[in-house]
Amino acid sequence: MQMMMNGVIQIALFIAILVILTPVLGRFLARVFMDENHILKPLLGWLERLIYRICGIAKEEEMSWKSFLSGLLIFNFFGFAIVFLLQVFQRQLPLNTQHLAAPSWHLSLNTAISFITNTNWQSYSGETTLSYLVQMLGLTVQNFVSAATGIAVLVALMRGLTRKTTSTLGNFWVDITRSIVYVLLPFSLVMAIFLVSQGVIQNFTPYVHATTLEGVQQVIPGGPAASQIAIKQLGTNGGGFFGVNSAHPFENPTPFTNFLEMLAILLIPAALTFTYGRFAGSNRQGWTLFIVMLLMFGAGLAVSMYSEFSLNHVLNIAGNMEGKETRFGVAGSVLWSVATSAASNGSVNAMHDSLSPLSGMIAMFNIMLGEVIFGGVGAGLYGMVIFVILTVFIAGLMVGRTPEYLGKKIEAFEVKMAIIAVLAPSFVILLFSAFASVTSTGLSSLNNAGPHGLSQILYAFSSAAGNNGSAFAGLNTNTVFYNLSLAIGMLIGRFGIIIPVLAIAGHMATKKVTPSSSGTFRTDNWLFAGLLIAVILIVGGLTFFPALALGPAAEHFLMNAANAF
Amino acid sequence: MKKQLLIAFRLFLVLTILTGIIYPLSVTFLSQRCFPAKANGSLVMKNGRISGSELIGQQFSGSGYFWPRPSATGYNTLPSSGSNLGPTSVQLRGLEEKHRSEFISRNMLNSNTQVPVEMLFASGSGLDPHISLQAAILQINRVAEARGFDSAKKLKLQSLVFKFSEKPQYSFFGEERVNVFMLNLELDNLK
Repeated sequence: MQMMMNGVIQIALFIAILVILTPVLGRFLARVFMDENHILKPLLGWLERLIYRICGIAKEEEMSWKSFLSGLLIFNFFGFAIVFLLQVFQRQLPLNTQHLAAPSWHLSLNTAISFITNTNWQSYSGETTLSYLVQMLGLTVQNFVSAATGIAVLVALMRGLTRKTTSTLGNFWVDITRSIVYVLLPFSLVMAIFLVSQGVIQNFTPYVHATTLEGVQQVIPGGPAASQIAIKQLGTNGGGFFGVNSAHPFENPTPFTNFLEMLAILLIPAALTFTYGRFAGSNRQGWTLFIVMLLMFGAGLAVSMYSEFSLNHVLNIAGNMEGKETRFGVAGSVLWSVATSAASNGSVNAMHDSLSPLSGMIAMFNIMLGEVIFGGVGAGLYGMVIFVILTVFIAGLMVGRTPEYLGKKIEAFEVKMAIIAVLAPSFVILLFSAFASVTSTGLSSLNNAGPHGLSQILYAFSSAAGNNGSAFAGLNTNTVFYNLSLAIGMLIGRFGIIIPVLAIAGHMATKKVTPSSSGTFRTDNWLFAGLLIAVILIVGGLTFFPALALGPAAEHFLMNAANAF
Repeated sequence: MKKQLLIAFRLFLVLTILTGIIYPLSVTFLSQRCFPAKANGSLVMKNGRISGSELIGQQFSGSGYFWPRPSATGYNTLPSSGSNLGPTSVQLRGLEEKHRSEFISRNMLNSNTQVPVEMLFASGSGLDPHISLQAAILQINRVAEARGFDSAKKLKLQSLVFKFSEKPQYSFFGEERVNVFMLNLELDNLK
């Protein structure tokens, strides 16, 4: 009972802090991206200007959606090339204290794509695969720039939705520079130091050999972990320094670091909804999206908590601790699993493979809905705007009125692009999973039988397509088939959405704004919030219901009938 | 296009230096100055040798030490891992039964004793340093007997266990727990 109470208090506190910080941080972010005065400008303005000078960036120069996109793609391609090459030449490069060999070409490829797409899927364990140099110079950098890329796309979309009759969306270089200099870097620095104060490691020394009290040798790993963990949480990246991610005591040593790391997952995505309201010139527009996200988050959390504390008829136990850490307990693990899957973060503090069937399903479903329940930094909200466009369109069809959003007409082009953005990840999840579950190559990687095996495959492709990165980790994905198919899935899930989003932004920017009248369909009230939730659930539900019925739902009912596999 | 290529290249380079070199080195510098012991892994020395890390669990199988949770890797850190067995796994059910009967028989407990759930299942990291207070209490008789403690010393052992019980952090974060390695370290010094 005490355990339950603590869980409830932690969850209530978590949500309260999130709600309080959303307007505070959201207002700050709006000032950063609207280039107004803000608290960090006097402190770090010189760094921003220095970067522009070195790189030859003219900060007033505006970009069309196409040049915004080409800049983004080129920039991300450099990131891919560097991360790939750093791994290939890991053996020859410095800071490889454990003399680790270079990972296979397909693993290096998967990891490089994984980190540029903000997925951070890991077919490897950091402590036995990657040198300190690769982690720091390759992966930590991508943690920053892939998060900044997501924010930049969102900012471009916000400009496109709110500017009048123009063809430009701002400057990609300026937006990523500002995201890093004023937001991600200072926040990460503070968080990293705090994490070290609680026990997260930050060093460059070789692994230490200890002799345990019973006289056995135990290796204590090292590395610059804290600096990577701070940004992996804040940038909704989620790629662990160690294989078991934030379940590792060196990544997440205390219940308090657990709480803060969880909060860091949702902090920026939540705040961006408020920023959105500022751009739209109406805080209510932002709060409406925030409430939709919070309600869906709360519903998922309730199901997940209920399921995890219910009796498992196979193991004859409620509150199963398999794959969970004592210091976090069941509640601390479930809250994390819901937050990390809702937010496209993908870090874990408990093994999702061992969660109860419905808790695993909620994590999977959060991802399948398109990572719009807070979602990745920037990515979550631009994904949500896609659903807003669909909702406005459907509502317009129902009442026979031209659909409008923020005073602008939604036309065939926007709806087509929105549909592409919704279908791209769904295509990956369903077709790739179907292929893997009927081929021996796909099936040979399973470590669980029965419906849980299907869940493992389904989760992997959902995670890749949603750019989440968490896993049912019992599936061995370090094979040519999975490394390549997941890499393709991650690319489609990332750029298959970014490209239509920027196209929508570019087209919306050119439109006139009609002043709202009593005939305008409002998008900032409870009715609209309800419609939006319905559209998200119907699209997600209809697309994935059959697959979920065969995987986690079937496992749930079989478990209740005490069937084991 | 050529201009974009040039800017992209330069900006990527500058941001790499900023976030991939300056940032991690600053964090390292600051944390090595302010929290050197923690930054280096909270290592624990005994008789001039490193005997482990306060944060990383280690294997104990002898009767004279408190036991940690089951681990999918036997507390091997390279790499860390959980079992990843699902909730309807036959194998997991078998392991659960094995852990329960071992815990009951080796601790000489009544066969219907409620064994704390974390002692039946492996942790996510395979390196969980903690068990619940109840799981430690259930092991006191076995440890005392294996070490040949008289009743006075057994009382001391009991209070030692309670001394090592950590309440939830700041009164409600996380769960009450006992760090097995730190308890065993102190156990060796018990006079």
